[in-house]
Parts: sequence; C-alpha cells; structure tokens
Amino acid sequence: MSTREAFGKALVRIGSDPSIVVLDADVSGSTKTSQFRKIYPQRFINFGIAEENLFGTAVGLAYSGLKVYASLYSVFVLKAYDQLRIIAHDNLEVKIFASHSGLTNSSDGWSHQTVEDVAVFRALPNFKVIVPADAVEADTVTEESLKIKGPIYVRLSRSESPIIFEKGLRFELGKGNIMNDGSDVYIIANGNMLSIAIKAVEELKKDGISVGLINMSSVKPIDEELIIKAAKSTGAIVTAEEHSVIGGLGGAVTEVLSKHYPVPVEFVGINDSFGQSASLEELFRFYGLTSENIASSVRKVLKRKK
Amino acid sequence: MNREEVKKLKEISYRMMIDVLQMTTEAGSGHPGGSLSSKDIVAVLFFKVMRHDPKNPSWEERDRLVFSKGHAVPILYAALIEAGYLDRSYIKKLRKLGSPLQGHPEWNPDMMIEATTGSLGNGLAIGNGIAFAGKLKKKDYKVYVLMGDGELQEGTVWEAAMFASHYALDNVIAVVDRNGLQQSGPTEKSMSVEPIADKWRAFGWHVQEVDGHDVEALYSAFRSAQEISDKPKVIIAHTTKGKGSLIGEWVTEFHGKPLSKQELEKLLPELEEKHKEEMKELDVN
Repeated sequence: MSTREAFGKALVRIGSDPSIVVLDADVSGSTKTSQFRKIYPQRFINFGIAEENLFGTAVGLAYSGLKVYASLYSVFVLKAYDQLRIIAHDNLEVKIFASHSGLTNSSDGWSHQTVEDVAVFRALPNFKVIVPADAVEADTVTEESLKIKGPIYVRLSRSESPIIFEKGLRFELGKGNIMNDGSDVYIIANGNMLSIAIKAVEELKKDGISVGLINMSSVKPIDEELIIKAAKSTGAIVTAEEHSVIGGLGGAVTEVLSKHYPVPVEFVGINDSFGQSASLEELFRFYGLTSENIASSVRKVLKRKK
Repeated sequence: MNREEVKKLKEISYRMMIDVLQMTTEAGSGHPGGSLSSKDIVAVLFFKVMRHDPKNPSWEERDRLVFSKGHAVPILYAALIEAGYLDRSYIKKLRKLGSPLQGHPEWNPDMMIEATTGSLGNGLAIGNGIAFAGKLKKKDYKVYVLMGDGELQEGTVWEAAMFASHYALDNVIAVVDRNGLQQSGPTEKSMSVEPIADKWRAFGWHVQEVDGHDVEALYSAFRSAQEISDKPKVIIAHTTKGKGSLIGEWVTEFHGKPLSKQELEKLLPELEEKHKEEMKELDVN
C-alpha cells in the first residue's frame, strides 16, 4: 500500500472531528481525499486548479479556528510559496499531506516530481517536516497530526511502499527510531530509502560490518540526541534520502553533528539535479538511490573514519 | 445618514489622517499616500458599517476587515487608536523593534487585525476563507476586504474572485481603492487594470462604483451591498492618493515616502485651517 492511500483511509477516521476541513486542487482521486469527500462533502472544498488560492483561503479558514488538511501533489504545493509563508509566520493549523513526492511520480517526469520540498519546508519557520517510510507510519502520522500544534508538511509517495512496521507503531514528533543497533557506522534514512537501507544493512552484515540503522521520519524537529549518540558510538554516519542532498535529511543531520560532535558523513541522495521520466526502478538506479550505493557509501565513510 | 453623522465621520477621517502623518514621520518610513486614499473608506467601515466591540475584540460575531493593501496599514492603526483598541502612545511605535505595529499588518485578533498581509494579492483569498468558515459555522458576520488597484495585477486576486462567486460567498464585500497610482506611476501605464468593473462583473460579482471620499455615498453603497444575496459584492471606490494632505495629492513620490519632521510641523496648521473650512461648508450646504 502507498503512503497516500494510508493517509486517505486515516483521514476518514479522524475526519469525524467537525473542525476539520479538507482542501483539494482537483486531484482528490490521486491524493485519496476523495474518501473523505464522500462522507463529509460539506467540509470538503475543491479549488479547481488554483493552488495559491487554496493556501490563501487556508489562511482564512485557519484564522477562523478550523483545522485545515490540504492534500495535493508536492510539486504543486510549492507553487503557493507566498501563501505558505503566511501559514508559517502565523503558525496556523494547516496540515499539508503532499502526495507524489520525490521521484515517485516517475513517468510524469521532473515537472511532477520534487527533489527540494523538504529543504523548502525545513527553512520555513514554525513548519514541522515528516517523511513516513511506509503505510503504517503514514497512518500513525495522520492520527498524530491532530495533536501537533501548528503547520506540518508530511511527504507522501505515489508508489507502493513495502510494509516495514507492524500495526500499533508509535510516532513521536522530534524522535527517531533505532531499527537496529550497530558498532561500526549508523545509517540515518527516511521515507522510501528506509526499506532500501534495511537491505544495505543485511548486505554489509555478510562482510562483517556492523551497521546501525535509524528511521528519521521527523526531519524537523530532528532528534539531536539520537544523532549525537549514534555518532559517538560509531564515529561515522551515512544519510539516505529520496531528495536533494542539499538541505534535506543529510543537511539536517550534519547541522547537528558539525555543532555537537563532528564525524565523517557520506550522503546518499540526489546530487543537485532534477528528475526525469522513466520507471521508478530506473530512476532510483540512475540517481544512486540503491542498497549498493548505500553500502559503498558505508565503506567510504569507514575509510575516512581511520 | 444625517448631517451630524457625516460631520462625525469627516472629523474622524481628519484625525486619522493627522495620526497617519505623525506615525509615518515618526517612523521615518511607511506609505502615507495609499493610507490616505483609504481614510474615508476605513472611517465609514469602522465607525458606521461594521459590527465590532472594542471591549471584546475577539467577539466571534464581529465583522472582519481584511487589509489586503497591507502597505496602507497606518490608516488601520489610526482607526484602531480612534476606536480604542490601541492607546495613543502607539503613534510612536510604528515600525519599531518588538512593536505589534509592524510595517505591514500581522494577524492579531486581540486588536482586530484580522490578517497578515503585505505581499499583495492575498487578502481576498484570506477573506474568502474567513467567509467560508462563517457559512460553515452558521455565523452571519460579514467580511470586508480592502484592496489596492495596483494589486489587481496579481493573478491570485482573480483566482479568489472566481472562488467567491463559485461558492456564492455573499458575506464577502470587497472594496477596491481606485487611487490610480502605484509605485512607479499611473496603474494604466504600469499594467492596465481597466475595465475594472467589467472584470468583476464577468467573474460573477455585484459591482458598484462610488466616490471614495464621499462618506454618504460610501455608506449607501455598503448598505446596498449588504442587501444583495447569493453573490459576492465589490465596491470600486474612486479616491485620491494622499487625499486631504495638501502636498501629497497625486504625487507619485508620496507612495512610500513620509514627511520630514520640519515639513509636518509646517503643514499641520495649514491642514487644520483647511479642515475647519471644509467642516464649515458642510454646515452651510
């Protein structure tokens, strides 16, 4: 199941709260908010193809005490940067669940993909940024979103993600989760890169390398304590994200490390370029978002450690 | 509206003008020109048309004024002082570090600043959001949105115009302050906005045009707008930039430039003289 589908289902569950309104820019079939629309049509607003207007109106709805859930393709969320700044500045109850993020809108090409969205939202004061790794985590984050104060950006995928977590998973904003401990190096990953990093850990284990893995779905605020602990215990870090290496998870992790406990870091991510049209598998291979590349980054960082 | 009420509003409008000039001179920056073209609109809204209570600023039933032409906010601050939301000491606090009187409005429902604006083109969508919420919650407050004319060059205004008529937001009453000037000169030279009335009509709005310095005409336009249901309403208010301040009328440089302390001191007695004459004329007519 994709993370967007999990969100769509969870939204119906939390949607009984009468203060929730759901905003759509004519893509509810793709974002899966159509299920909410069927049950609560009076609290569902379609803006047509007008994203700036959607987020401008969101400001007024939030001023009036409503909890705004907006779901559209992540690339089209970014069209409304001017209005997002107001949402950020006024610390409004606007929850953005952006579907089709990263490269997952693969065949549509660069115009429908995002490699920079996490960086943009990290830089916006008051925004929190969450990148769930699978449908279970996306479901949990949707449930938790009601308790999080202020604006949040949740990055969802178009594609199916392998299920990693069991039902009953707990999500805490600002907390990372240790998937497994390791003594040589830690990989810090999130989103679609988590399941790929799990494979890399297995491959490296065969070579006798003890690799720890952390799921860092909460990119902002980020779990400083856990990052420092991982760096202290191993002395080397590899980050892995389906995003530009500029300003995303890798950036966030190294901001913490350079201040508190500098260690060698290698970055797996997209190297300052846009995506293109191809199958998702081809794209992940082309941009180095593979377990092989994570494994070679681990070997590289271990050499630098010495 | 009787003569006493007209006089009262003109007095308020005059006092707000003096406050705007003092505020912007004290701050050393700001936009007195665009503030003064809106002074009579704001006077009529705040002191005759809108339902609000300075003793209970965040009253849920209050009418809202979204100040989309955020650069003209000194006139809003002047109205808040006049109405008692702010005390007079705030005249000296415009654009000062830590002051709630920012260079452009910051959302602060406790003092009836209903929206964060400054980046032009956003107020109408924000107002629509407040209006939509009002319908959802079955509240009968009205949302007034004050826009500039240069602002109509922003595409978001027209996205919002489309939305308001699609959802029949008859609790939205927009005002376009048609002073004809923007930063670099006449609007029609920078980027034509005419025919303004036809554009709004084509977007499904009820349209009225009035003299934006005639408080009686403004009041009756607001009253008619309140009566129209099933569609949003706009009032195109023809105004003069820098209105009433003698030196500023129709001078483009006045857009973002306040008077120096010396200029203001020299001007104040002249303004008072002119104001007294105008009030006398009202008594005669």
